[in-house]
Amino acid sequence: MIGRTWIIAWKEFVHILRDPRTLAVVLVLPVLMLILYGYAINLDVKHVKLGVLDRDRSEASRDLVGAYAHGERFDVTAYLEDERAVTRALDRGQVRAVLVIPPTYSRDLAQGRTARVQLLVDGSDSTAASTAIGYAQGIALSHSARITLEALRKTGWEGRISYPPVEARARFWYNPELRSTNYIVPGLVAVILIMLSALLTAMTVVREREQGTIEQLIVSPIRPQELMLGKLLPYVAIAFADVLTVIAAGRLLFHVPLVGSPLLMLGMSAIFLTAALGIGLFISTVTGTQQTAMTAAVMVTMLPSILLSGFVFPISAMPRVVQWLTNLVPARHFLVIARGIFLKGNGLDLLWRPAVVLIVFGAVMLALSAARFRKTL
Amino acid sequence: MGREERPAVMAEDLVKRFGDFTAVDGVSFSVARGEIFGFLGPNGAGKSTTIRMLCGILAPTSGRGEVAGFDIATQSEQVKQHIGYMSQKFSLYEDLTVAENIDFYADVYGVPAARVEERRRWILEMAGLAGRERALTAELSAGWKQRLALGCALVHEPEALFLDEPTSGVDPISRRRFWDLIYTLAQRGVAIFVTTHYLDEAEHCDRLGLIYGGRLIAQGSPRRLKERYGAGRLLEVRAEPLAEALRILEAEPAVKEAAVFGAALHVVVADEEGERRMRRALGAGGVAVEQVEQIVPSLEDVFVALIEEADRGRAGADA
Repeated sequence: MIGRTWIIAWKEFVHILRDPRTLAVVLVLPVLMLILYGYAINLDVKHVKLGVLDRDRSEASRDLVGAYAHGERFDVTAYLEDERAVTRALDRGQVRAVLVIPPTYSRDLAQGRTARVQLLVDGSDSTAASTAIGYAQGIALSHSARITLEALRKTGWEGRISYPPVEARARFWYNPELRSTNYIVPGLVAVILIMLSALLTAMTVVREREQGTIEQLIVSPIRPQELMLGKLLPYVAIAFADVLTVIAAGRLLFHVPLVGSPLLMLGMSAIFLTAALGIGLFISTVTGTQQTAMTAAVMVTMLPSILLSGFVFPISAMPRVVQWLTNLVPARHFLVIARGIFLKGNGLDLLWRPAVVLIVFGAVMLALSAARFRKTL
Repeated sequence: MGREERPAVMAEDLVKRFGDFTAVDGVSFSVARGEIFGFLGPNGAGKSTTIRMLCGILAPTSGRGEVAGFDIATQSEQVKQHIGYMSQKFSLYEDLTVAENIDFYADVYGVPAARVEERRRWILEMAGLAGRERALTAELSAGWKQRLALGCALVHEPEALFLDEPTSGVDPISRRRFWDLIYTLAQRGVAIFVTTHYLDEAEHCDRLGLIYGGRLIAQGSPRRLKERYGAGRLLEVRAEPLAEALRILEAEPAVKEAAVFGAALHVVVADEEGERRMRRALGAGGVAVEQVEQIVPSLEDVFVALIEEADRGRAGADA
């Protein structure tokens, strides 16, 4: 039993080594995807280009602009002359937001009225826009605080009250700098694992059918389970190598920490792998050509794993029906596990639930494909 | 009776049904060691279903079969270990070398390590591939691939060899070499079960079985089949118009068989009297008879006649 399984595994390994295209997919794709996603999907909003239309031109207004220019949230990149210049700068994308200070700004402040300034924001990128608005309001609030504090000092109230009286200090746990690569890389492990393993396993069985070699194996004393296991082994090894590559590259290139247990991460990857291989095997039993198998594998694994797993787009923001559908995407469950281990250092006590879901999923897929495989003999 | 004395391949009233459809309907035959048994029939007649049952990969609905002394239904593992199988697709891995293909199948069949070297040499010699062990299989010509595939199917020295249309897509010289190899194997005592489309190849077989509509409608040596058929007179008739001539002859009681063969009709009558009555019928029907010639029946004639007979029998049963 073990002997024949190894023979199939060896043969499959030689196939991979002799096929430059498969080899390239297996070795280069994970790193390529990591670099692509790691750099391209940057959800962090920093250094927002800010234009300023200062109609007041007073010390107080320059003070306010200074408050915005301070720090790395906004970069004041343009001083604009009039409304037309504002429109032009926004249209051309020279600035993402414009701070408009009315001519009455310093007078209102001096006379104790609320001075209103306007922030025009390019809303075409809604995520960046809402973040920018948050920044702007925060800066306005702290600037108000400074002005109030100064006024209090003049009246001699200083010392009777501290300002601000209440302060909410946010500290982000698990990802203190809120870096999106910390979020993306564990998800990438899921996407790469499921795509590669489902794709390659789907192809390997279909290729034998296309070439007619499967017939020769069926009439040999080899058992279907030996054949399947032998075929999967090299891909399991490759998938594990890819997991390690992605973790290592994530650490070296993007400084993504692995807080939890590496062993638990590998163990969970193995469970997820079973589900992915199950999908691949099932595809191979229902498709006739390598091309169909490839298309099916991409449609069934890659797209849902990227779109519906919470990899990039938060599941909580999806319509209820779609949210329910995401439960059928194995990557969604693995993402909970991967992020839990990578960022929070979660243990099995917290992660057993998604792990069980994956085990059930894998078992169902393998059973389905075994049943289909026997019928197609 | 010991395993060695029994026929290498034996089928007894084999039946395979898929739902309502009966693919193989009560087929019985046997192939002795050293015998070449040709299995013929049109596509969909039940050839591959029969082969699959004999190879132990499809369980018969009823009836029984034995291959190399093992029961095909209950001992399929042993059956697989003792047979060789080769199809028209030459199941080799193109990205493996010649030697790697041989070693792979040797391992699959569990050939002992000590024997592998010797078997590899024998296969390379037999296929004419000595010195090309390291060539990628993809680079070989069809004839070489075919002989290598045969070698791989024989790597474990099986007692019975199943060949499923083994010579499709191979040039005539390679086909000839292939059949020479098959004869040699048969002489060494391997039972050979071969399906083919080529009727000239059928002539190479010791015995033939013709399957049609799931039933074995005739079996025997090529000579016996022709003799049985040769009880009448086979005439090649050239007439104009041909379709009209065929229609008339099918209605004529003195004509046993009539079928189109190329530009002429092959017609079977009992004797000279039958031939005269045939000519009269054609004349009366206004058909111009150009030529009538008595010919020796070919296997093709035999099979066409047998199939038509089977069709008539079935139509009669339906009526």
